[in-house]
Amino acid sequence: MNLVARIEGIGLVGPGLVDWNAAREVLAGRQPFEHKPVVFPAPEMLPAAERRRAGKCVRLALAVGIEAAGHSGRAARELVSIFTSSSGDGETMHAICEALASEDREISPTRFHNSVHNAPAGYWGIATGAMHPADSIAAFNASFAAGLLEAMVRLAQQPAQPVLLVAYDAPYPEPLQGARPLSDSFACALVLCAGPDAKGPMIRVDVSSQPANSLEDAGLEALRAGVPAARALPLLALLARESAGPATIEYLGGKSLTVDVRP
Amino acid sequence: MRPVLLSAYTMASCLGRGLEPTRAALRAGASALVPCHFETVNLPTFVGEIEGVDAQALPAGFQQFDCRNNRAAEVGLNQDGFLAAVADARLRHGATRVGVFMGTSTAGILQTELAYRRRGPDGALPPDFDYAHTHNAFSIGDYVRARLELEGPCCVVSTACSSSAKVFATASRYLEAGLIDAAVVGGVDTLCLTTLYGFNSLQLLSAQPCRPYDENRDGISIGEAAAFFLLERAQDRSAPESMALLGTGESCDAYHMSSPHPEGLGARLAMESALAAAGIGTDGIDYVNLHGTGTPSNDAAEDRAVWGLFGNRPPVNSTKGMTGHTLGAAGAVEALISVLAIAEGAVPASPGTRDIDPALRARYELDGGPRTLRRVMSNSFGFGGSNCSLVFGRLDNAA
Repeated sequence: MNLVARIEGIGLVGPGLVDWNAAREVLAGRQPFEHKPVVFPAPEMLPAAERRRAGKCVRLALAVGIEAAGHSGRAARELVSIFTSSSGDGETMHAICEALASEDREISPTRFHNSVHNAPAGYWGIATGAMHPADSIAAFNASFAAGLLEAMVRLAQQPAQPVLLVAYDAPYPEPLQGARPLSDSFACALVLCAGPDAKGPMIRVDVSSQPANSLEDAGLEALRAGVPAARALPLLALLARESAGPATIEYLGGKSLTVDVRP
Repeated sequence: MRPVLLSAYTMASCLGRGLEPTRAALRAGASALVPCHFETVNLPTFVGEIEGVDAQALPAGFQQFDCRNNRAAEVGLNQDGFLAAVADARLRHGATRVGVFMGTSTAGILQTELAYRRRGPDGALPPDFDYAHTHNAFSIGDYVRARLELEGPCCVVSTACSSSAKVFATASRYLEAGLIDAAVVGGVDTLCLTTLYGFNSLQLLSAQPCRPYDENRDGISIGEAAAFFLLERAQDRSAPESMALLGTGESCDAYHMSSPHPEGLGARLAMESALAAAGIGTDGIDYVNLHGTGTPSNDAAEDRAVWGLFGNRPPVNSTKGMTGHTLGAAGAVEALISVLAIAEGAVPASPGTRDIDPALRARYELDGGPRTLRRVMSNSFGFGGSNCSLVFGRLDNAA
């Protein structure tokens, strides 16, 4: 197993972290982490009708995907994409379950088609025109690691075909939030490539039994532990500091992914 | 791609529980759709139900997973020696070398729908509600992995109605990359109010058993199913007559959330990539099991794609008139029907369809019948414009 790639672009949106440039300063320790409500970017690339219908997850996923693609210098439509999320669009699920528990059980058709786990992947295609394969996967708290592994496996097969990995999560409203508490909204994206023309820091990914890394800053650590997509933060912190070293990320059943970074 | 061996497979659907009743139902070619009496649903539509799902208990130690979706999975896992085949693969390869990739669209969301009727005075869900092991999309992957005592890579693919076709592509990549030596893949989706009332809201539910390709087709019938396959590298243990996955192709429409690209561009791309992966041309396919949902626009778009690529040479049809549209399970269900068709040497029938829409041009077969099938393509297309085509055949028909 030799899962190696270069990270060509990064996107991020989180609480007090409006984009990767802002997040990089915080993760590198040059700026303090200040918790502010997440700003959900308007999905400017969508046609007006779709823009109005886009929920939080779609906004997060599109924003980080576009940012990462932009940094990579590659056209968004040329990327194979992998979208990963623990829970999908919680507000839509809640609205549907509430309607189904009501007398008339009438649910909106738009809500229904937005309820599919692959709604962000669908909107990504509409926004960018990308017709390449798009995956939408879930692995509960291991969703980021499962997405990263999926990306690396795709690259092992087709090294020169760049892959966009997008991880996103937004909390459910109550009462589902009580049953599945997510502390905040968070999304990040990586453009990965393993072809001869690939550029950027090199990563090597292995399944390991190492414990997942935590973060020194208590606020960032709470974010990492509280949102499945934010499990990526130890890796993103290494990338922000442009440091070499391993970042270990929660995977399944006590296993981890160890990501060795060489800037 | 290198062919992937289908070492074991099984399915529970409205056609029956296990391969034997499924084969018999396919030979009979009759619809297994019945008027919907599911739960408290009051909609004039037909459904395909797995018999006795509610009576299926989960083994001791798995109570937290208890919901209709995981019960359906348990029904499926207990059929056709599947548990023993996986146990054997686990012994041969080691638990960490066997992956699990499951497809679903709604997992156990029915559990949440029911819990929302039992909210407390403070609005909270009842204390016995277990979100993680029932409603969450990953619950089906988690259940299958734990139940089969596997420790390899695992995720759930949830891309609406292409979900359990795409898991074949996922697993074949993991096999090719050398991360695993075997994989359990499949699809489990079960009846719930979200999909019944959801498709009703889109005016896509037929009031009759669905009639794919019929000029009077007016929507889908929803079915439920649990279908499982054990995949291994072909060179590891195989005979020339062994069934194999020969090609996979995936694409996106990049067009609309719930309507297909009107020219079927994404569908065509997926089919072309599957042929390329299998290393064959269009003349290598002897039957196409269509996605064929029975909505006016889906069948029209798929026909443009299929006719555009294949012309009217290979017979094509949809088996959803028998099984209903099993949504996230449809890819695995129709993969299994494709494999049985090859083994049987027969194109299945398309019950429900009476008058083929003259506007559709592919060679649609109403009755099916005996035919030498070297290779079969199975199409699965979903909301969000997610497309996946698979090619199956005996190993000696690998290119």
